[in-house]
Amino acid sequence: MMFLRYAAYRLLTMLLTLAVVSVLIFIIINLPPGDYLSNQIAELRATGQAEGVAKAEFLRQEYALDRPLWQQYLIWVGAIPGPQGFSGLLQGDFGWSFEFDAPVADIVGDALWLTVLVNLAAVLFVYMVALPLGVLAAARSATWVDYTTAFIGYLGLATPNFLLALMLFYYGHKYLGLPIGGLMDPQFEGEPMSFDKVKSILVHLIVPTFVIGTSGAAGMMQRLRANMLDELSKPYVETGVAKGLSPTKLLTKYPLRMAFNPFVADIGNLLPAMVSGSVLVSVVLGLQTIGPALLTALKSQDQFLAAFVLMFVALLTLIGTMISDLLLVLLDPRIRYGAREG
Amino acid sequence: MSPLLDVQNLSIGFGEDPPVVAFVSFQVNAGETLAIVGESGSGKTLTCRSILRILPGAAQLRSGMVKFGAGGAQTDLLRLTPRQIRDIRGDRISMIFQEPMRSLSPLHRIGNQVSEVLTLHRDMSFAQAKKDVLATFERVGFNDPERAFRSYPFEMSGGMRQRAMIAMAMVAKPDLLIADEPTTALDVTTQAQVLGLMKDLQRDTGMAMILVTHDLGVVANMADSVVVMNKGHVMESGPAPAVLGDPGHGYTQKLFAAAPMILEVAKPAEPMVHDDPILELNSVSKTYVMRAGGWRAQHQITACKDVNVAVQRGKTLAIVGESGSGKTTCARIALGAETPDPGSQVLFRPTADGPPVSINEMSRAEKVAFQRQAQMVFQDPYSSLSPRMRVEQALTEPMEIHGIGNRLARRDKAAEMLRWVGLNPDMLKRYPHAFSGGQRQRLSIARALTLDPVLLVCDEPTSALDVSVQEQILTLLERIRDGMGLSYLFISHDLAVVARIADEVAVMRQGVVVEQAPPETLFYNPRHPYTKALIAAQPEPDVNRPIDLNEVAFGAGSSASWPDMYRFEGTDAPALVQIEPGHKVRCHV
Repeated sequence: MMFLRYAAYRLLTMLLTLAVVSVLIFIIINLPPGDYLSNQIAELRATGQAEGVAKAEFLRQEYALDRPLWQQYLIWVGAIPGPQGFSGLLQGDFGWSFEFDAPVADIVGDALWLTVLVNLAAVLFVYMVALPLGVLAAARSATWVDYTTAFIGYLGLATPNFLLALMLFYYGHKYLGLPIGGLMDPQFEGEPMSFDKVKSILVHLIVPTFVIGTSGAAGMMQRLRANMLDELSKPYVETGVAKGLSPTKLLTKYPLRMAFNPFVADIGNLLPAMVSGSVLVSVVLGLQTIGPALLTALKSQDQFLAAFVLMFVALLTLIGTMISDLLLVLLDPRIRYGAREG
Repeated sequence: MSPLLDVQNLSIGFGEDPPVVAFVSFQVNAGETLAIVGESGSGKTLTCRSILRILPGAAQLRSGMVKFGAGGAQTDLLRLTPRQIRDIRGDRISMIFQEPMRSLSPLHRIGNQVSEVLTLHRDMSFAQAKKDVLATFERVGFNDPERAFRSYPFEMSGGMRQRAMIAMAMVAKPDLLIADEPTTALDVTTQAQVLGLMKDLQRDTGMAMILVTHDLGVVANMADSVVVMNKGHVMESGPAPAVLGDPGHGYTQKLFAAAPMILEVAKPAEPMVHDDPILELNSVSKTYVMRAGGWRAQHQITACKDVNVAVQRGKTLAIVGESGSGKTTCARIALGAETPDPGSQVLFRPTADGPPVSINEMSRAEKVAFQRQAQMVFQDPYSSLSPRMRVEQALTEPMEIHGIGNRLARRDKAAEMLRWVGLNPDMLKRYPHAFSGGQRQRLSIARALTLDPVLLVCDEPTSALDVSVQEQILTLLERIRDGMGLSYLFISHDLAVVARIADEVAVMRQGVVVEQAPPETLFYNPRHPYTKALIAAQPEPDVNRPIDLNEVAFGAGSSASWPDMYRFEGTDAPALVQIEPGHKVRCHV
């Protein structure tokens, strides 16, 4: 019951944060002088294409770019009626992409879910690699196991992602027959989901997951190792030894459970780092995530597209922190029952 | 009959260094208690841990045997395989550690952690184990065993946690219990109750016990035989009455001389003259409001209520109480580090004839002056000195902050202060890690003195130190007080320590002063049940004067069980009444 109340409270604060973030995003995007259409109009005027100017002027009015900034924001959010009445984020209308001359929803479409998929795969990869290696490195600290994992970890941290991507593509294709680039074979694009399509996506996911996840996994592993070492020197571990617990059981039941807290709390940090980190990687690897779209949109001041992508990333981040907060409450009785003691 | 445990020629060392435990031998018979006594660094903890082979990774067992077993079959614990020793741990030999606060996992329920011993060694189902654990919980004094079973460690007080640890160690009915300073981290009244419990349990089950301690008073109350250790060697061993009654070795005699004791007093002291207070706390209260946040409701905690005490110029006022009694809050309020509730008044008179300064309404200039005139000595000398500052920096920094003198003058002052506290001025260039605990506490006293204060607030300045060092620091504090004409506000949980240095003692319980008098008067004629409990709980290094547990349990228990005269009604305590000159007790008249 207490947990549900906390979850509701946390959801509410998340929505408030999202609202604040939307203001910030809108302001930052509008910081550079002019907008996509005024740039275009200037360009058309310079080249003497009058009919284009008329269309651009029409679009400016259509999307209320001629109004004051605060009105533009409220129209974009859908809090006040624009030229087409209430039509903003709240109503599920994500706006128009001038660069691609299509609704934002159509452009990001699939890319949204592929972004979530790629990043979820990377997060899973991070946890699956970091957990066993970090625990092992701590349990066998100052032995070859520790040094080897640390070496591989630092290598992973230090190698630039795009370089790693190119190397993995080359050798993966040469020796394992892994596909290069993209998130699925071209014939499945725009097709409905089928078994073959899923298989194709999974095979294509291998290299990106590895590339995006390596540095995160290396960092996470070292943090887990450090936390574990701290915990291993605590008196309650000695209590466990004096009880007659076997080393494995002792390690997994007590210190690991304690070291898990920062591990879980990291979910919130991990998601945004990966999403923003994967933008460049997606461009290099030719992944159909929203990364490349964001890059184009930012370069050409395609404001509704850019704003939407940024909002989406912010949402992922906030959901990540919320999940980690809720998990922490479930995992750690000290947080849950803190109220009882005061 | 062969002993239950026979340790022979045990030596433990680190690296290439000489052994830190050297050729230690002792025996423990079934059903008996052996006490290993020594100061920090004596090797007593390593010795007891080597029995279960719970040693730091770098420690090497250099020689010796640890034979264990009832009847004829004895095995050498040092030569068992890891698997075999695991079967002994927790089952036939169990262990209790010093810090009940940290020796239990905070994330697992108490019941889970205790019943684990049974599911591990006895092949029991969880339900069976739970039944045994609940019975043990009842035995160690949990009123509601089911509730304790469900609790997390952080929901319990230190004494309750140590009871849970004892339950964990006892639940498998071991032949031998090793307790490493089991009561050092506890308040004196809690200590008395836990010791009493351990003794009862031992009588019930007939197990043997090894008690590691630095406190001769604990030894006198518990042990059948004693081993005194110093620097890794056994100094003296034998039956407790013989060793304690007539210590043969010089080191044992030294420990005796240093042990704080509550003296027999022939007559009460003259009442204190309250004519020249340097610091006055007038009806000081402090209420903390716990903030409501998330799903937590707001509530209030009264840290101290209506405290009226005064420190006389050149004298020492001690505030004594257990943890949570409000004594530290009072000290913080006295220093202006905490704002008391409205209506409280704290007056400071830097000179006898000058006007008083109200600590909570000081101007900026007054505040700066006050921060020079009142200084603090902290409890833990290990964490109150920055490890990255040389002694010279640490001692001159306060003067630098207040812009006193030039560099040379500051260094001379620092050197002078080092001489005052009995250290050599050559040590100015060293870092704190080069000093022992006692020397570090001398350094923090020297630092407090560099600004020529008139008032020193000492917050448990000796409770992190060995008894012999504690003795030296108390002597030093007395010498400085009389030599420099300082006044002390001395905070402590230990009535025996306070007895030495204080001119007047205020005993606090649940945020209020329950009794106030000069120490001799308190010892001669203690009136309040809680004061009586504090005095009774003090372990005396004399086998003929065991702790009176009933007295302790009565006075330290709930205020509702006190006689009508002293009873608290909710948070409303009776008034503090003067029952004889200079002796106040909180009671109804």
